[in-house]
Amino acid sequence: MNRSTLSAPPGARSRPSPGWRARLRAAVVEHPNGVLAGVLVLLVLLTGAIQPSYLSVNGMRNTLLQAAPLGILAGAQTILMLTGGIDLSITMIATAAAYVAANQSPEGAAVAILLGMGVGLVAGTANGIGVAVFRVNPLIMTLAMSGILLGLFTSWAQTVLQGSTTVAPFIKLVGGGSFLDNRIPYSVVVWGLLSLVLLWLLRRTGWGRLLYGVGDNEVAVYLAGIPVWLVRITAYTVAGILGAIAGILLAGRTGAVDLQLAGAFLLPSIAAAVIGGTSIFGGVGGYAGTILGALILSVLNSMLTFLNVGQAIQQMVYGAIVLALAWGYASLTRDPG
Amino acid sequence: MSPPLPLLTAQGIAKSYGPVVALRSVDFAVAPGEVHALLGANGAGKSTLVKILAGVHPADAGQVFVAGRPVQFATPRAAIQAGIATVFQDPALIPDLTVDENLRLGPVDRQRFREGLDRFGLAHLDLDTRVRDLPLDLLRLVDLARAISREPRILLLDEITAALTADQAERVFELLQDWRQQGRAAVLITHRLAEVMRACDRATVLRDGQDVAVLDTQAVDEHRLIEAMLGQATQPVSSDLGSSRARSTLGPAVLQVEDLGWNQGVQGVSFQVREGEILGLVALEGQGQDRLFQLLAGQRSPTAGQIRIDGRPRRFRSPYDAVRAGVVLVPGDRQLAVLPSQSVHHNLALPLFHRLRRWMGIPPDEGRRVAEAIRRLAIDIRAGSQVRRLSGGNQQKVVIGRWLVGGFRVLLCFDPTRGIDIQTKREIYRLLRELAGAGASILLYTSELAEIPLVCDRVLVMHAGRIVDEQEAATATEASLLTAAHGLEVAP
Repeated sequence: MNRSTLSAPPGARSRPSPGWRARLRAAVVEHPNGVLAGVLVLLVLLTGAIQPSYLSVNGMRNTLLQAAPLGILAGAQTILMLTGGIDLSITMIATAAAYVAANQSPEGAAVAILLGMGVGLVAGTANGIGVAVFRVNPLIMTLAMSGILLGLFTSWAQTVLQGSTTVAPFIKLVGGGSFLDNRIPYSVVVWGLLSLVLLWLLRRTGWGRLLYGVGDNEVAVYLAGIPVWLVRITAYTVAGILGAIAGILLAGRTGAVDLQLAGAFLLPSIAAAVIGGTSIFGGVGGYAGTILGALILSVLNSMLTFLNVGQAIQQMVYGAIVLALAWGYASLTRDPG
Repeated sequence: MSPPLPLLTAQGIAKSYGPVVALRSVDFAVAPGEVHALLGANGAGKSTLVKILAGVHPADAGQVFVAGRPVQFATPRAAIQAGIATVFQDPALIPDLTVDENLRLGPVDRQRFREGLDRFGLAHLDLDTRVRDLPLDLLRLVDLARAISREPRILLLDEITAALTADQAERVFELLQDWRQQGRAAVLITHRLAEVMRACDRATVLRDGQDVAVLDTQAVDEHRLIEAMLGQATQPVSSDLGSSRARSTLGPAVLQVEDLGWNQGVQGVSFQVREGEILGLVALEGQGQDRLFQLLAGQRSPTAGQIRIDGRPRRFRSPYDAVRAGVVLVPGDRQLAVLPSQSVHHNLALPLFHRLRRWMGIPPDEGRRVAEAIRRLAIDIRAGSQVRRLSGGNQQKVVIGRWLVGGFRVLLCFDPTRGIDIQTKREIYRLLRELAGAGASILLYTSELAEIPLVCDRVLVMHAGRIVDEQEAATATEASLLTAAHGLEVAP
C-alpha cells in the first residue's frame, strides 16, 4: 500500500512522475472541495448536453430553488454529524413547521414564520435532551420524534390546525419568488445568508470547535471541563430551527402544505453532507463541502428528470450515483494513518 | 540426585509490541510439585509472559517446553490442551451471559467445576446468575474453578488474590498445597510478598523484560525480593533538574484532601499540596490511585471526606466543577485526552471554551496563548493538522500544554511519562518543575519510581486504598518506595 505518501508534507513527494491515480488522490486530499466543484461543473455540462435549454438562467434558477431547502436541511445534518449524531426527524420537523406557519398565515407572515421556527426549536431541543441527557441513541431518538410528530400533525390537521393550509403571500414570495428580472430566487438569498452564519459558527466560534471536539473524542472534551451535554442539546436545537426554516421555504415554494411536504428530502440531506466530506462518525467535515453536495444532488435530480426514463430508473440511477460519489470520495480521502 | 525434569520451561522468550519491548529474553522453569512466584515491578513483563504461556500472544523468539516437549501455541485452546490453564487478571467471562452460558462456551467438566466451587465455599452459587451481577471476587473464583475443572498440569494465576478476601485467598492456598502433593505445578503472579513467602517454593524475578534472579523463598526474606526487583539502583538518583526547593519557601496549602473515601477503593485519604509544591504519589497497580484521581478531577463523587481548594470546601459533580475550581487533569491514557482528528492548535485551545460566554467567538488572545504553549513545550507541529499523526511524546505535550493555555491552580498528572521517550520525559519533568517554581501545585502519580526524587518535593505511598507512607522525595529511594508500596514497614 502506497498510502503513506499522503501523510507526508507537501513537497516531500519526490517521485518524478506519480501515476494519475496517486496524483488524483493527492489532489482530492488537498483540495476536496475543488474536486467536488469539478464534479458539479461536469454534471451541469452533462445535463446541458442532454437538455440544452438547461444551460440558461431559468435552468439554473430551478436547480437553485430546489437546492436551497436541501442545502439548509443538509446544514442541520452537517452540524449533527460533526458531533457524531444525526437527525432522522429533520424533514418531519420541516413539515410540522410549515404546517404551523400555514395555519398561522392569516395572523401575518411574521407571526407565522416565528411560530413555525418555534416548532423547530422545541422539537430540536427535545431531540437534544433525549440524546444528551437521557443518552438515547440519536437514530432511535430522532426516528421516534419523527413518528411522534407525524402522529401529532395527522391528528391536529383535523382539529386544532384545521383552517388555512396555504401560506401567506410573503412566505410564497420568499420560498418561490425571484428578483432581478426573475433571475435570483429569494430562497437562495436566505440560504446564502444562513450559509455564511453556519460557516462562521463552525469555523470561527468556540461552539463550532466543540461540535468537532465532541464528535472526535467526547471524553476528552468532558475532561477538559466542558459541559458536553449542552454542546449536544444546542446542536440539535440549531438543527431543529434550520429544519423549520427549510420547511417554511418549501411551503412557500409549493404554496400549500401537506404531510409529505419535506419527506423526500431526508436521505438527500444526509447524502449531501456525506458527499461533502462530513464523516458520519463525527469530528471531520464542514459546511462548504455540504453546500457543494447539495448542489450536486440538485443538478443530478434535474438531469434525471430530463433523461425521461421513468421514475423507477431515475431512482436507481440516483441511488447508484450517490453511492458512487460517497464511496469514491471516502475511499480517496480515507486517512492512511 | 538429578533435579526432576521441569514441567514447564521457557527459554529465551522475547516479545515486542511495535517499538515497545515487553520481554527481552526470559528463561523460566517450573518443576512438578512446585508453586512458583513470578515477581517484578510494574512493566517488568509478567503479564506478557503469562499471555505467551497461555497462547494468547505468540512469542517473537524463544521456545516453550511442557514436560520436556517443545510446544507452539497458536491459540489459547492449544495451551489448554497441552495442560496449561490460566486465570487472567481480568476474568475471561462474558458479562452479559450467565455463569452457565459462559461454561458452555468451552469444554468444561461440570462435575469437577462444581467440586471446585465447593472448595471455595461457593457450593450454593446460582449458575443462572448473569456474570455482570456477580462481584469481582466471586468472578475470579468462578474463573479459577473453571480452570481447575480442566485438570491442567500447570495453573497460571495472574494476580488471583488481589480481589479476594483473606479467607478466600486462604482456600486458594489450600488448593495450591494439594496441587503440590499431586505433582502438578502452579505459577503465581502477585504483588503481595507475604503470599510469596508463604505459598511459593521459588520465585523468578523479572526486571525490564529479563529474568534477573531465581530465589528460594525458604532462604531469603522479603527485602531480598525487593532488592532483586530493583537491581542495584537502590541509591537516590541525583537530580539535574534543579534540586527540590526547601519546604519553607512553599506557599500556603492549595489542595487539601481530608479523609477522602470512595466505597472500598479509596479509604481515609488525607494530604495537602502547597503552592509551588510537587507531591508525588506511588502505588502498585490497582491500589486505588486511579479512583483517587477520578475523585479529585470530578469524574466521581466521594462517598466520604472532602476536598478543599484554598481552604474552601468544594464538591465536584463533574470535571466542569473541578476545572472551574482550577483543578485540572492529565489522564493516564492519552487516548482519553486528545482530539485525534483536530489540529494541535484546536487541541491546545480546548479549555478556553470552558466558560459558556466564550462559545460565541474565539478569544482574541487565543493565538498568542497557543503559540506560547507550543514554544514552551517545544511541540513539533510539522504534522500538526491532525494530532493523531504526532508521536506519543508530542501528543502528551499537547495534553499538558492544553492546561498552560487554559490556566490552572492544581495540576493532576497521572503517569504522564508512561511509554514516552527519554528526551520528552526530561522535557516534561523540567516543565513541571518550572510550573511549580511559578507557583503551581502539582500532584504527580508515576509508575517510574526512579523519577520521584528528580521532580517531587514529597512523596506519598498508597496501598490497598490508603496512604500508608510519606517520604521526603530527596531521601526516598526506589527500595524504600517499593517496600512501602508493598505495604511493608520501611526500615529506618
